[in-house]
Amino acid sequence: MRRIVVVGASAAGLATVETLRREGYDGTITLVGEETELPYDRPPLSKQLLAAEWEADRLALRTSADLAALDLDLRLGVAATGLEPGTRTVRLADGSEVPYDGMVVATGVRPRRLPGEGAHVLRTLGDALTLRERLSPGRRLVVVGAGFLGAEAAAVARRLGAEVTLLEPAAVPLAHAVGTAVGHLLARAHVDQGIDLRCGVTVTEVTEEGVRLAGGEVVEADEVLVAVGSLPNTEWLRGGGLALGDGVVCDEYCEAAPNVYAAGDVARWYNPLFGTSMRVEHRTNAAEQGMAAARNLLAAPAARRPFAPVPYFWSDQYDMKVQAYGFLRGHEEVAVVEGDLARRRFVVAYRRGDRVTGALAVGMPPRVLRRWRQAIATEADWRETVRTEARAVS
Amino acid sequence: MRVSVPDTSHHDEKGKGYPMKVELEADKCVASGQCVVAAMEVFDQDDDGIAILLTEEVGDDRLGDVEEAVAVCPAAAIRLVRP
Repeated sequence: MRRIVVVGASAAGLATVETLRREGYDGTITLVGEETELPYDRPPLSKQLLAAEWEADRLALRTSADLAALDLDLRLGVAATGLEPGTRTVRLADGSEVPYDGMVVATGVRPRRLPGEGAHVLRTLGDALTLRERLSPGRRLVVVGAGFLGAEAAAVARRLGAEVTLLEPAAVPLAHAVGTAVGHLLARAHVDQGIDLRCGVTVTEVTEEGVRLAGGEVVEADEVLVAVGSLPNTEWLRGGGLALGDGVVCDEYCEAAPNVYAAGDVARWYNPLFGTSMRVEHRTNAAEQGMAAARNLLAAPAARRPFAPVPYFWSDQYDMKVQAYGFLRGHEEVAVVEGDLARRRFVVAYRRGDRVTGALAVGMPPRVLRRWRQAIATEADWRETVRTEARAVS
Repeated sequence: MRVSVPDTSHHDEKGKGYPMKVELEADKCVASGQCVVAAMEVFDQDDDGIAILLTEEVGDDRLGDVEEAVAVCPAAAIRLVRP
């Protein structure tokens, strides 16, 4: 293999190219990125950067010297527009074509939007800087969507003194992801901080005055942030012979087609640890999956290893750091296994089938949560692991 | 846009026989503990979860683990440099 193209120059793409070099690959690596910035970190966009605690230079994932050492053919500010599997060529927006022997797709996701003009989204450095300029004491911000991104942005905006309204279609924010009890707890934190949280509310469009709800009511705002999830960037791959379906469909090795792999937010792969296909939009997964894709791309067929991680994510909301391991969606039972929900110091465990499949902690020492990570990684039996006195919650 | 970045490094010599230095920016740490999972002889966490270095120098035997920790750190808070 002499030519490898990695499309996407964020966390997953960067981890891919670093791993290729670390594993000894010395052929050409073309790294293509749609944004003009050198690879930067996205989680701080809705946290320290939005809060103006950090400036953009702190988000750089690597120094320019580190990047230079990778000896990349780096193409930034240019999107990939097509894949020609017959000639094994990637087409770029500037008209150039890049041939490959191996390829990794790491094009990530983009924010879902709502009808109407003028709303902010929060995905890129530019998005975050634009929103930050508009947040000041007394400004009225409507955040549509109380998922982790919307909740973090709302928390920061509130701390900056903005008047924040948080609109959420579900009855309890994040209930589908973390369960009703934890969802309630996170919701209460918003209300305690003076955010006007309205659940069971559907926004139909963004208007000049603010947003319009399904019933016709308009919620007025100076600024609107739409944080209603994201869409994988797979359109450029249409006609390229890959299976696309809420992401690039991959096997357990992260392979989508012979010598074509995917990693990060865009990859839907089969995770054998949980026996299901998943697409994970978490920072840590981007790095781990980029590394796995790079190794498997270089490995002899018999030496490839399934990518079977325990997903991890964290979220900062006010004084709470939420940390979670595992695959929480589709859980069938939640139990408090350490600490106390009311004191905001706890670990809850999640069951699917007869296994411990997830754990989420707030305010607990790290060693406690690591034990639960281990339980998930070793496919621990629920009844043997969760003490009978653990309190079931919803 | 083709981007070239100045080459001020010597990565081809990395790790050949002499120890590398680990640098940790603790104020960037988000307490994920991923570094401990990757290299538990080199990293630990304090009670708030913030990463701690158990040693600043790593030889070839632990270099792979620390490189893994550098890669999986969700805050890009760890660097490996030549002393």
